[in-house]
Amino acid sequence: MSTQHSRSAARIMISPSVLLLLAWMIIPLSLTLYFSFLRYNLLMPGANPFVGFENYSYFLTDPAFFSALTNTLLLVGGVLIITIVGGVLLALLLDQPMFGQGIVRILVIAPFFVMPTVSALVWKNMFMNPVNGLFAFAAKAVGLQPFDFLAHAPLASIILIVSWQWLPFATLILLTAMQSLDSERLEAAEMDGAGPFARFFYMVVPHLSRAITVVILIQTIFLLSVFAEILVTTNGGPGTSSTNLTYLVYAQSLLNFDVGGGSAGGVVAIILANIVAIFLMRMIGKNLDA
Amino acid sequence: MARAVTTNRKITMTVIAWSIGFLIFFPILWTILTSFKTEAEAIASPPSFMFFNWTTENYGVVMERSNYFRFFMNSVVISVGSTVIGLIIAVPAAWSMAFVPGKRTKDVLMWMLSTKMLPPVGVLIPIYLIFKNVGLLDTRTGLVIVLTLINLPIIIWMLYTYFKEIPVDILEAARMDGASLRNEIIYVLTPMAVPGIASTMLLNIILAWNEAFWTLNLTAANAAPLTAFIASYSSPEGLFYAKLSAASTMAIAPILIMGWFSQKQLVRGLTFGAVK
Repeated sequence: MSTQHSRSAARIMISPSVLLLLAWMIIPLSLTLYFSFLRYNLLMPGANPFVGFENYSYFLTDPAFFSALTNTLLLVGGVLIITIVGGVLLALLLDQPMFGQGIVRILVIAPFFVMPTVSALVWKNMFMNPVNGLFAFAAKAVGLQPFDFLAHAPLASIILIVSWQWLPFATLILLTAMQSLDSERLEAAEMDGAGPFARFFYMVVPHLSRAITVVILIQTIFLLSVFAEILVTTNGGPGTSSTNLTYLVYAQSLLNFDVGGGSAGGVVAIILANIVAIFLMRMIGKNLDA
Repeated sequence: MARAVTTNRKITMTVIAWSIGFLIFFPILWTILTSFKTEAEAIASPPSFMFFNWTTENYGVVMERSNYFRFFMNSVVISVGSTVIGLIIAVPAAWSMAFVPGKRTKDVLMWMLSTKMLPPVGVLIPIYLIFKNVGLLDTRTGLVIVLTLINLPIIIWMLYTYFKEIPVDILEAARMDGASLRNEIIYVLTPMAVPGIASTMLLNIILAWNEAFWTLNLTAANAAPLTAFIASYSSPEGLFYAKLSAASTMAIAPILIMGWFSQKQLVRGLTFGAVK
């Protein structure tokens, strides 16, 4: 039973967090929104006139925006497909009885703890480099021409790197979910004559659907903001072939010093992220009641 | 499991799982191995896996030439600092929401989570300009502030899900026995909350250590942590594979070890309690 006393104490205890997050949200957001309507470039000091939606029309009609949007979707979609299909298979495998399960788990989960700049540079230099990379050695060993991954397939290479980082996350969550599946029920189904595929598609997959949804939503939030991997491998190039929305806004604002244009891009990024966020919040909100 | 598992099947699974685990871990293993090679051996053709002259000279060179210790300390200060400050702010909030829930507690929690959905690039410019004006750019203080704020929702949520599991009956019993709010917190709640707080701390240090958007954009020479230090190897120094590997190994080793201890918490922390 909460008393009047404890309730007012609760309000005092919660207020620092609320005020800080409120400030963190409102101040920068309103500034971004405000800047997005100004002609404001750090290289051209002076008046920053109000220009209405000029920055938006400039940003949205820029061919770079279209390619960045496509790349963002390809990056998010590609990584999601790889990590979820791979994650389900790996979770199935790790759920089997075997020797040294704990050690395999540790090996599989390790990439998640590697900082993005390290994994990107290790893949770029030591694996994908067309002269000294391991992939080049392997290609030469079987008589093929080494392939310059980051020059000729930059986006696919980045998808590969980011998938490697996120596969452990998907695997771990799906494995946790799979371990809560009642093995007696699976055995009963087996005795009733359900084959391995039937058991997988009619029992395991439905049981995992909730965990899969969580993985999709959480990864999407993070994948929309992939940045460091692009910065240290391709710088968004060649051209804009590996520029995503986050990188485009960064380039616009901190490389071109175009505060107005960058802010308009930021607002667009916020709107896109919100569309995803709404679904995620509903998911988690439902769980809170349970 | 009621069913007997044939030994053959178990061995087959073991071999498959170990091979795939090895494959996934290989880039990390290769980085560690390369860090002990000479530069010539690191790019030798064919590459040697284990049989080379092991040397630790790369570690010496990296530490000496690039003032490695400074980057390392920046990483420690920024990740531990932001986590500890975040915990100080979050523990009371999570405590009150878990034990004295009001009508709007759920809305407050959801709203806090929604701040985490804000894409960093959407607020990059204002934060950058504000920091530039008040002299927080390229300072540890500035980064501690930003990382505290971006991880605060996760900290509150994790603590909340842990506190929720503490039986309320015990608190009520303590209250019946006349324990004041202060005593209740110190003698009843704290001992039961410590494991949850420790896990939250561990996971947040990991997240802050690996954060690579704000740390790359808000630092230059002074406050740059290891993420930015490694990024400086992107070219042309990155072509010195052995040195890149040594620097990378040092940057990821502490967090890799911490991470292995926090596997379980990772799932519940990053799914905000939706998967346990």
